[in-house]
Amino acid sequence: MSEKTERPFLEGWFAKGEGSAHLIGARCTKCGTYYFPRQSRFCRNPACDGEQFEEVPLSRRGRLWSYTNACYQPPEPFIAADPYVPFAIAAVELEREQMIVLGPVVQGVDVEALAVGMPMELVIETLSETPTERYLAWKWKPAP
Amino acid sequence: MSKDIAILGVGMHPWGKWGRSFIDYGVVAARAALKDAGVDWRAVQFVSGAATIRNGYPGQVAGATFAQALGWQGAQVNTSYAACASGSQALAAARSKILSGECELALVIGADTTPKGFLAPAKGDRPDDPDWVRFRLGITNPTYFALYARRRMALYGDTVEDFAQVKIKNSEHGLENPNARYRKRFTAADVAASPMVANPLRLMDVCATSDGAAAIIVSSLDYARRIGRSDAPRVAAISTVTPTFASGMIEMPDIATDSAVAAQAHSFRAALPAKAYEEAGIAPSEVSLAEVYDLSTALELDWIEDLQLCGRGEAAKLLRAGATRVGGRIPVNASGGLACFGEAVPAQALAQVCELTWQLRGQAGARQVSGAKVGITANQGLFGHGSTVIVKR
Repeated sequence: MSEKTERPFLEGWFAKGEGSAHLIGARCTKCGTYYFPRQSRFCRNPACDGEQFEEVPLSRRGRLWSYTNACYQPPEPFIAADPYVPFAIAAVELEREQMIVLGPVVQGVDVEALAVGMPMELVIETLSETPTERYLAWKWKPAP
Repeated sequence: MSKDIAILGVGMHPWGKWGRSFIDYGVVAARAALKDAGVDWRAVQFVSGAATIRNGYPGQVAGATFAQALGWQGAQVNTSYAACASGSQALAAARSKILSGECELALVIGADTTPKGFLAPAKGDRPDDPDWVRFRLGITNPTYFALYARRRMALYGDTVEDFAQVKIKNSEHGLENPNARYRKRFTAADVAASPMVANPLRLMDVCATSDGAAAIIVSSLDYARRIGRSDAPRVAAISTVTPTFASGMIEMPDIATDSAVAAQAHSFRAALPAKAYEEAGIAPSEVSLAEVYDLSTALELDWIEDLQLCGRGEAAKLLRAGATRVGGRIPVNASGGLACFGEAVPAQALAQVCELTWQLRGQAGARQVSGAKVGITANQGLFGHGSTVIVKR
């Protein structure tokens, strides 16, 4: 079991770190629009022709815009544990970026523990495992 | 010059899980529409098909597929794909041909054969595809519907009992609709007893996927006049606008919204009918009935507000007062909606127009909205696609 390779489910989308885990976004150097996932070619603001982006860590904390859960096992490419364990999903509003980002909620926190408007923070946690690999993803967690 | 076109005929193949080819359903619907219009197939000059992406090459070239199945007769052909709005885009293509004078008589058609269960993405690892990314995270279509539903509960005080009332209402509307798949009365207890899918939405709050087909025969007003059909319902507007940056709502299949740092946040859903009202020169207060995309029960309430049939946050009040049922002030989903049909993507936007046509002709039987003069549709799908069509008498 301990020989599993640990890896992000997507390369370059988020960074680990105790207390500093974050999503890796991009910011148009011309109009300031943030992007997640990252954008590196053309700004999508129709009033901006920016083509230069700086990589920026997105805010680690935000307010819960809405939430739900996945009572049924999602289809592939989701990799489910056997037996399947339902999990909550959060939509979190980032104030500085003025955007909403989705993500699973950490294991052990179901919808009963959530309320629209509550503060949330980003952590990195196991998303799924195969016999040889442990995939990591960003997740949202109620913040103190 | 009027930008209206006439709806001469409509036809559908009943929705269900029939396990046959989408081509069969399409031909049944097309023949019904031709018969309803009283025109010969060989007189149709333009075939505008809505594509289905789950039925191989024939589905990708649906216009030609149906033209061949009905018997090649040399018509011009088009296929449109725009997710849930595919049917409306196919209708818009026909309208353009007619208004430009390139043809007078067109068939617009959409049909689908759907797989069981969740709509899942194409196979293979595609980290650049947002649809792959969200399913990899376990974010399905009902996830989005549930996020919107929970948001309504937090913002406006809607309850799960309100959502169940949408299902109950629509199930009553669809009871005697011969094209509906589910023709069964549901109670609040039935909805509450159905399994939770994505909290707060239960199985009976979320629409199924279905097989089905819808077809419409449209013509120039001049053609309609010449065959004695000046009184035919007319398409008064077709809106298929894209979202406007910054799109402020989290939409399938994205995992993040646009950032509204440099531009104001906009609502895509509200933009669709706004454009249609403007195009038709019709006000929301003039609408007799609406067919909206109730992918979930709660989403029907969002649409009612996006259509400006009441103020923001007031749709549940309208529902509770009975205003949105047949016999009420502004009936919504008199057909039974997706609650009774399930979703047959390329046919669904056309099915909405079929219902409005029957309603405006006074041919809707037990679900007839009395004195219906103006009907409006609304739907939205993936990747910035959506549509609103206004039909008037």
